[in-house]
Amino acid sequence: MVSPILELTDINKSFGHVHANKNINLKINKGTIHGIIGENGAGKSTLMSIVFGLYQANSGSIKINGKEINLRSPRDSIINGIGMVHQHFMLVENFTVLENIILGFEGETVFGEKLQKAKEDLEKLCQTYNFNIDLDATISDLSVGFRQRVEILKSLYRGAEILILDEPTGVLTPQEVDELFKILRSLKDEGKTIVLITHKLIEIMDLTSEVSVMRQGEMVGHTKTEDTSKEQLAEMMVGRSVLLRVDKKDIKKGETIFKVNNLSVKNDLDVTRVKDVNLEICSGEILGIAGVTGNGQTELLEALSGIRKVESGSIELFGEKISDQNNFLNPRMLKEKGLAHVPEDRQRMGLISDFKAHENLIFGYHDQEPYSKSAILNNKEITEYSNKVMQEYDVRPNSPNLITSNFSGGNQQKIILSRELNENPKVLLVGQPTRGVDIGAIEFIHQRLIDMRDKGAAILLASVELDEILSLSDRIIVMFDGKIVGEKENKNVTDRELGLLMAGVA
Amino acid sequence: MSNIVVDKSKVPWWVSNVIVPLVNLTLALLVSGLFVFIAGENPIEAVKLIIYGSFGYIQGFAYTLYYTTNFIFTGLAFAVAFHCRLFNIGGEGQAYIGGLGVFLVAINLSFLPVPIVWLLAIFGAFLFGAAWAYIPAYLQSKRGSHVVITTIMFNFIASSLMIFLLVDVIRDTNQMAPHTVKLPEEIWLPSFEAFSGILGIKIRYSPLNLTFLLAIASLFFVWFLVWKTKWGYEMRAVGHNTQAAIYAGISPHKNIIIAMCISGGLAGLLGVNEILGVSHKIQAGFPAGYGFTGIAVALMGRNHPIGILPAAFLFGILYQGGSEVTFEMPNITRYMFVAVQGLIILFSGALENLFRPQIESFFVRRLNREVNA
Repeated sequence: MVSPILELTDINKSFGHVHANKNINLKINKGTIHGIIGENGAGKSTLMSIVFGLYQANSGSIKINGKEINLRSPRDSIINGIGMVHQHFMLVENFTVLENIILGFEGETVFGEKLQKAKEDLEKLCQTYNFNIDLDATISDLSVGFRQRVEILKSLYRGAEILILDEPTGVLTPQEVDELFKILRSLKDEGKTIVLITHKLIEIMDLTSEVSVMRQGEMVGHTKTEDTSKEQLAEMMVGRSVLLRVDKKDIKKGETIFKVNNLSVKNDLDVTRVKDVNLEICSGEILGIAGVTGNGQTELLEALSGIRKVESGSIELFGEKISDQNNFLNPRMLKEKGLAHVPEDRQRMGLISDFKAHENLIFGYHDQEPYSKSAILNNKEITEYSNKVMQEYDVRPNSPNLITSNFSGGNQQKIILSRELNENPKVLLVGQPTRGVDIGAIEFIHQRLIDMRDKGAAILLASVELDEILSLSDRIIVMFDGKIVGEKENKNVTDRELGLLMAGVA
Repeated sequence: MSNIVVDKSKVPWWVSNVIVPLVNLTLALLVSGLFVFIAGENPIEAVKLIIYGSFGYIQGFAYTLYYTTNFIFTGLAFAVAFHCRLFNIGGEGQAYIGGLGVFLVAINLSFLPVPIVWLLAIFGAFLFGAAWAYIPAYLQSKRGSHVVITTIMFNFIASSLMIFLLVDVIRDTNQMAPHTVKLPEEIWLPSFEAFSGILGIKIRYSPLNLTFLLAIASLFFVWFLVWKTKWGYEMRAVGHNTQAAIYAGISPHKNIIIAMCISGGLAGLLGVNEILGVSHKIQAGFPAGYGFTGIAVALMGRNHPIGILPAAFLFGILYQGGSEVTFEMPNITRYMFVAVQGLIILFSGALENLFRPQIESFFVRRLNREVNA
């Protein structure tokens, strides 16, 4: 029997009234890849932040190699051989790889010998694990996949024996994920211990040997991965069985109501990000756009919803031209014509997180009756309406006066969705509807989108989650480098096929 | 403890909006007391003098309210723009130009019925102040020139422009000083002693006049505008999250300009108090720093009319009580009170978050204990 390298006993952590971790016990064995899964807000990240010394537990003990230790800061954790790769990378963009890695561990005031030594050590590390990184490259020139490798390298260089990865695949292409998994496996083979935090069941099944499931701040189970299944884990995560595929009726396609002709769009830096795109959507149809983040989906959605200027080409709604390079309708006019938009990034665009929930529920519709009359907001109507839709969409907590940032990601998304679907739009543009949303809410959101489709709306769905595209869409297009590189009816399409298109290979 | 994490939703409103400002204010006053002590005077005596000077007799109190009037206008002038996340440092210049508006309207239209002259003069003040804020607003929204920089520059431009006008164009040519002729007496705003005269109380001169009520009305106006109308809603939306505002079809350009113009207009109303109410002519440099102090008033009042009223009153007390102290205590100069103001700005503005986490977590813990008990 291997002895656990990391052992947590009765860890408790509260933030005010929120009990984020309740009596957590966890043993992680040396030389394994250990998965921790759970919905958003289950307490995974809090727990790992305690292990990494970012937070201090209210009670409980942490043992490394059987020895009890007291972690007061990330520095303590690093000294004890714990490294962490965060969801958002902690890198200085205009520094080189080498500079980033030695940051805080320079060991000398004027660079010289030690820098040289560090470089040699790092080159050795890179070779051992096949990292394939140029140490003198500047971070801002590197792709996301490589930046993540820099983070891993940074932890290893600082002597990490236990490496914690928080949702490492959220931003990667399928091919980059494969590369990452290769690296993680070779780290394991060298005797390192890896803790993988994720809510993606496929990754758990693919990579880990043991898995722990968290739900609402509690540890609800530990098991060997080979003894379990995706369905079983999903059930443990949400406390009930969930449908991973949405039930949907056969398509009842109507006439084409939304049409895009030879559309090109530039981003803020004057780079053309959407290149000569043509597409048509019929009423009663969901058209899915698959693609890795940053291949023009964002700019496409922004142009279609009137936020971004069209460079060339045109957009038609009900046969009427709504935008070309000379004129375009602003989002408010488009809303009046029956086009609604659930933006990709709810924090940046969909909501104002400092506003109260009821203020966000009328956002973009605030100048329409009954919410305002002759420029004066009608609080009574707004509150009544807010209470109604918050109940209908099961937004929790059900309090319209709460500041929006206090809602969880899933509930924030429900606020946006209820606002945009409430007016029964004819065309609905949806970007990443379930990013950072827990499984229960995902199911709900998917069902709502299907309902809209069955009511005859034309829906354009952009998502980086292939599962989502595959389970919702009637037709799928793939975007790569601003172009549409493939279009398929959603029958017998495999994610492998789409993955290759998304990577621009096929 | 270096980082205290406080769940903001659990903090009662009165802790962050009343207790924290009071603690900061107390600290500022304690440090000021130390200064007074070092200068060789008794801080307790100084406090007594401040209180006597600003409350102790009716004329002193009237002066306090007169200063409060000015601070309300300039405080609101900063606050409205701030809700659109614009730092309007130009209150001083906007007030100066607003004064020009009052004077031009009043002197040219003095043949009209008096209340109508007043209304038009108020309108003129607002319009001129707004117009002076419009240029930086336009430059910010269309050209991206930062409004902090441009409004500061516009203070200097306003000052130079007014000096030019007062010396070469609108000077009272019967004398040499840079000020205009006096407005005809019948259109002066009724003063406080005129009111008390009606009630049969005779008091000595004070600059307090009807404009005080205009200031109170402005507080209501700003509250209503910012929280009850779609314009305020849109301004706040642009201020909190410009991207989201664009997504919702709200124009940032339009709202930046509206917010700045309303701010400038409110600063301009200071001219009503000074020119229609007090000196009845434009004197060089009449805004006398009220525009800058207004920034501190707004910061202390957390940019909310309910906070700006007491903050303006506090600065009124300091102005009036301060002059009493400098009069009675030879070791305390006028500049000491500028330092006191500076300390208040430092503690309630720049060091606002110095004790906030500790105070908030203290109350959150206490209240939790009460809930649990």
